[in-house]
Amino acid sequence: MLAYIIKRLLAGVVVIILVSMAIFALFWYGPSSPARPICLQETSQRCTPERLAQYEEQMGYNNGIVKEYGKYVSGIFTGREMEIGSTTIECDAPCLGFSHRSRGLIWDEMIQRLPATISLALGGAALYLIIGIPVGVAAARRRGTLGDKTLVTTFLFISSVPYYLLALLAWLYFTLIWDVPILGSSGYTPLLENPWAWFTGLLLPWLCLGFWGSTQYTRYTRGAMVETLGEDYIRTAKAKGLTPNKVVYRHGLRSALVPVVTIFGIDLGLLLAGTLFTERIFEIQGIGLWGLRGVYALDLPVVSATALFTAIIMVSCNLVVDIVYSALDPRVRLS
Amino acid sequence: MTASPLSSTSVERSGTTVSDSDPYLVVEDLSVEFPTPDGPLRAVNGVSYSVSLGKTLGIVGESGSGKSVSSMAVLGLHDPQRSKVAGSIRVGGQEIVGLAEPAMRKLRGNTVSMIFQDALAALHPFYRVGVQLAEAYMVHHPDASKRDARRRAIEMLDRVGIPQPDSRVDDYPHQFSGGMRQRAMIAMGLINDPSLLIADEPTTALDVTVQAQILDLLQDLQREFNSAIVIITHDLGVIAEMADDVLVMYAGRAVEYGTTKQLLTRPAMPYTWGLLSSVPDVQADTDARLIPIPGNPPSLLDPPTGCSFNPRCAHRDKVPGDLCRTTLPELLPVVPGAAHLKRCHLADPEAVYLGEVLPEIAPDLVEEA
Repeated sequence: MLAYIIKRLLAGVVVIILVSMAIFALFWYGPSSPARPICLQETSQRCTPERLAQYEEQMGYNNGIVKEYGKYVSGIFTGREMEIGSTTIECDAPCLGFSHRSRGLIWDEMIQRLPATISLALGGAALYLIIGIPVGVAAARRRGTLGDKTLVTTFLFISSVPYYLLALLAWLYFTLIWDVPILGSSGYTPLLENPWAWFTGLLLPWLCLGFWGSTQYTRYTRGAMVETLGEDYIRTAKAKGLTPNKVVYRHGLRSALVPVVTIFGIDLGLLLAGTLFTERIFEIQGIGLWGLRGVYALDLPVVSATALFTAIIMVSCNLVVDIVYSALDPRVRLS
Repeated sequence: MTASPLSSTSVERSGTTVSDSDPYLVVEDLSVEFPTPDGPLRAVNGVSYSVSLGKTLGIVGESGSGKSVSSMAVLGLHDPQRSKVAGSIRVGGQEIVGLAEPAMRKLRGNTVSMIFQDALAALHPFYRVGVQLAEAYMVHHPDASKRDARRRAIEMLDRVGIPQPDSRVDDYPHQFSGGMRQRAMIAMGLINDPSLLIADEPTTALDVTVQAQILDLLQDLQREFNSAIVIITHDLGVIAEMADDVLVMYAGRAVEYGTTKQLLTRPAMPYTWGLLSSVPDVQADTDARLIPIPGNPPSLLDPPTGCSFNPRCAHRDKVPGDLCRTTLPELLPVVPGAAHLKRCHLADPEAVYLGEVLPEIAPDLVEEA
């Protein structure tokens, strides 16, 4: 088990290194000079080719990709000094560079935005399960009946609505038009600063995210439950004289959860990597929105930091899923 | 099973039990129907049988003959919304058709328990064997502590012959061998000392030596606990080994019912003959071909008119007036007053069996018979 985890961690590190190289190369060889945003900013939008070449030289774009990538990596571990124009930026380890748009250090900006994204992701993900699993179980227990068909159709309908439309409509009605108390005030307040404001500010985004996402959990759970309830060991459980609830939850759901957990791990990773639409619509200053603004501004250090962050999150989530999987199913032994 | 059911040693056990004075399980005119989009499907149609404490009834038939469905009805395992059970099932004098679910649950796994075929699928893969056994005990002993239940589980595992039961109790089913899993299944079925045990093909997924061990175990346990056993099988070898009485089912109906001795030495229905002919004989030439029953079991949604077996029956032309194709025979005594019942129009099945069937399937026994 421990050997397996170490092996997987090493493999994960390799993946992350490869991702970082790919991102670095993509920008290096991309069509727009990475120095252009800085040049535009420094020269008040009058970036001549000569000035651009000057900035490229200063930022090291003429040194060759291998050398610069080396500097980037060593910066992560030991920190480095960076110069733009006449100013020098002190970038302590872990140094991911500075934002070309705001001039802030990437690491600091990211850490600052992380709590919002984590709050949003955990709440939404919890709702995936809290809504999705009970509804899926209820539908599976009534499979083939009118109730089941109604649930399945309703949830299929909801999941067919594009998420950005649903979230936008929710924001429009709950916040702008009706201004519903509690639900109406969305935005992020740090939890420790004001827990109630934190909760109310995130409630509507959570509900949108969780409700829409839970529809697929309903489908997974229902499908897995229908399959499980047809298994021989369910008949055995009934033949023991167990109550229907014990049969369904202790014997049925226990097995049906295994595939659901697998998907949940991946989804949680995706949420933690930033929820673009939700953060954009509800103006929550999280990783997703930060990355999006970075893309708009061609702010390459921001974009590469978010990509790297996503890779780390996904690798970790996959590892956690595998470990949880082996804990859930005793037949799976990690080796 | 490899032993020929016709060898004289295998039928020694059978006594005379059909219609004993005080049977523990009495099934009368049981029908089970499932609604399907193509109309109602009658999986069991007017089946009656009885078993006394300490006795064993074997139910034989092909897949889809209704043998498992009728036994599941005894445990009330059919979802009332998806099936219709009619007739009467009395367990220890208590009527259980139409019994409310909570009362039914008190019986299930307690006075009536069931062991299933393919224990790998029938045991929950995620729970330890001991936990599953203890659970079965605790449902019916709500005052028992977890420790009591565990002790009881270890005791039962020991009783069914699992080595080192106090450590194997913490194994998962997949860590057991096939035979051990079936033993654990039996231990679970017997953990509450049931008076009636239904064994649904308990040896199907096992190899021959393990089969024999499991059957021996069941017989030992029956002697010890004096329970009534219903054993469902398509293996006449198992019947010869275990059963006092035999019920042969075909397309949801009882087609022959009698003591094991009657049924194996004087079978009175062409379907039973077919079952006997398709048993391999270890003493026969290895090149000898098995004699299968031609054709397939009929669709229960669209059963043939007349006798359900008539499309596959080689003897239907011996009955005058095309009766087999037009009229369903009743389940009647082979000779007036006999306990041995058959559902067949043949006037003198014994003569046909001894004259035509036996010489073909076991020529060496013709003289004896």
